[in-house]
Amino acid sequence: MYATSYHRASSVEDAVKLRAAHEEGKYLSGGMTLISTMKQRLAAPTDLIDLRHIAALRGISIDGREVTIGAATPHADVAGSRELRAICPAICELASHIGDPHVRHMGTIGGSIANNDPAADYPAGVLGLAATVITDRRSIAADEFFTDLFETALEDGEIVTAVSFDAPEKAGYAKFNNPASRFAMVGVFVAKTSSGVRVAVTGAGSNGVFRHSGFEQALASNWSADALSNIAVDSSNLLSDLHANAEYRANLVKVMAKRAVVAAG
Amino acid sequence: MTKVTLTVNGRAMSGECEDRTLLVHFIREKLGLTGTHVGCDTTQCGACVIHMDGHSVKSCSILAVQASGSTITTIEGLAGQGELHPVQAAFKEHHGLQCGFCTPGMVMTAVDMINREGGSLTEEKVRAGLEGNICRCTGYHNIVKAILAADAEMASGRQAAE
Repeated sequence: MYATSYHRASSVEDAVKLRAAHEEGKYLSGGMTLISTMKQRLAAPTDLIDLRHIAALRGISIDGREVTIGAATPHADVAGSRELRAICPAICELASHIGDPHVRHMGTIGGSIANNDPAADYPAGVLGLAATVITDRRSIAADEFFTDLFETALEDGEIVTAVSFDAPEKAGYAKFNNPASRFAMVGVFVAKTSSGVRVAVTGAGSNGVFRHSGFEQALASNWSADALSNIAVDSSNLLSDLHANAEYRANLVKVMAKRAVVAAG
Repeated sequence: MTKVTLTVNGRAMSGECEDRTLLVHFIREKLGLTGTHVGCDTTQCGACVIHMDGHSVKSCSILAVQASGSTITTIEGLAGQGELHPVQAAFKEHHGLQCGFCTPGMVMTAVDMINREGGSLTEEKVRAGLEGNICRCTGYHNIVKAILAADAEMASGRQAAE
């Protein structure tokens, strides 16, 4: 790892100030991607601004059907929240299968979506639930947030502070793990929300997480796995690598979507 | 150099290190506790698992400065006076190791599992809980057996105490 300077932020305002003072600095949340990337010398921020100790960024609050998850809330807390499981079990299930138990104790929802890894789980959940990403300066709809591989609508120095959404009528998530890394080779989140049916796919798209409108229309008129059987998945904009080519991923998208619908009930 | 202060296995300890120093290297090289191992360079093997503020974490993927102020338990902190922790005893009894390199991480992971879900562990849960720990010798069967035995042993201990 290249040398870096560590700063522990005590508040969001403090973090923003620290970041402004260090142009080549990076925010550090759980660090489950960033520290590994730095170990491999694929990232070399001059400064790290640690957000993990900001109490205001942590925790899950539920008001009726309205859910707000603080950005520095670890995956294990989302997976283990009984209150959240009672109204949106799909997001708990998704969180409970990220990485491994040790990673889930450190990794955070804010870190995951700000990084927008094309094989990460949370982008599918956040997009599928039509969530709102709240930052230190504005609210961003999930449809506008994820822009490309490892790219988001976040501006320089902007901090994700929370993710909020209304609990859906029903939702489900299914993923096919890469057998070595356990990242999603393909993960599909389906949700029946007040604004309609949404299907979000991670792990497969050449531009990161995306919605599948064909699946959404089919499920809107018939919420069942069978409704997806005759809908084609275009492989032309899907990732192809040594783990799976685009055609195989296209098939997995359909299989995972069906499983997600079954899981949603 | 930055001063890092930790409570390790019940004792306040501190040392100076560069900000880029990984927690596992700080524990091994500055604190001299070499029971925590480094088995890979990619956050996958779990040989470096310790408990930080009561939760299992991979100490190879956390900077020592990030951990400053926290309470740490390493493999050295488990056994009582001359007596193995029930999980350590179960690994011995059920031959849950061969070369032993992954064992500190396996034991710390098992203790975390039992802390969280003690008394309700199943083979399936244990295998899922070992997702982040790699053993290249045993094929995991005896590790799983040892963890289930320790869980049962500790649950009956809790019942007897009640």
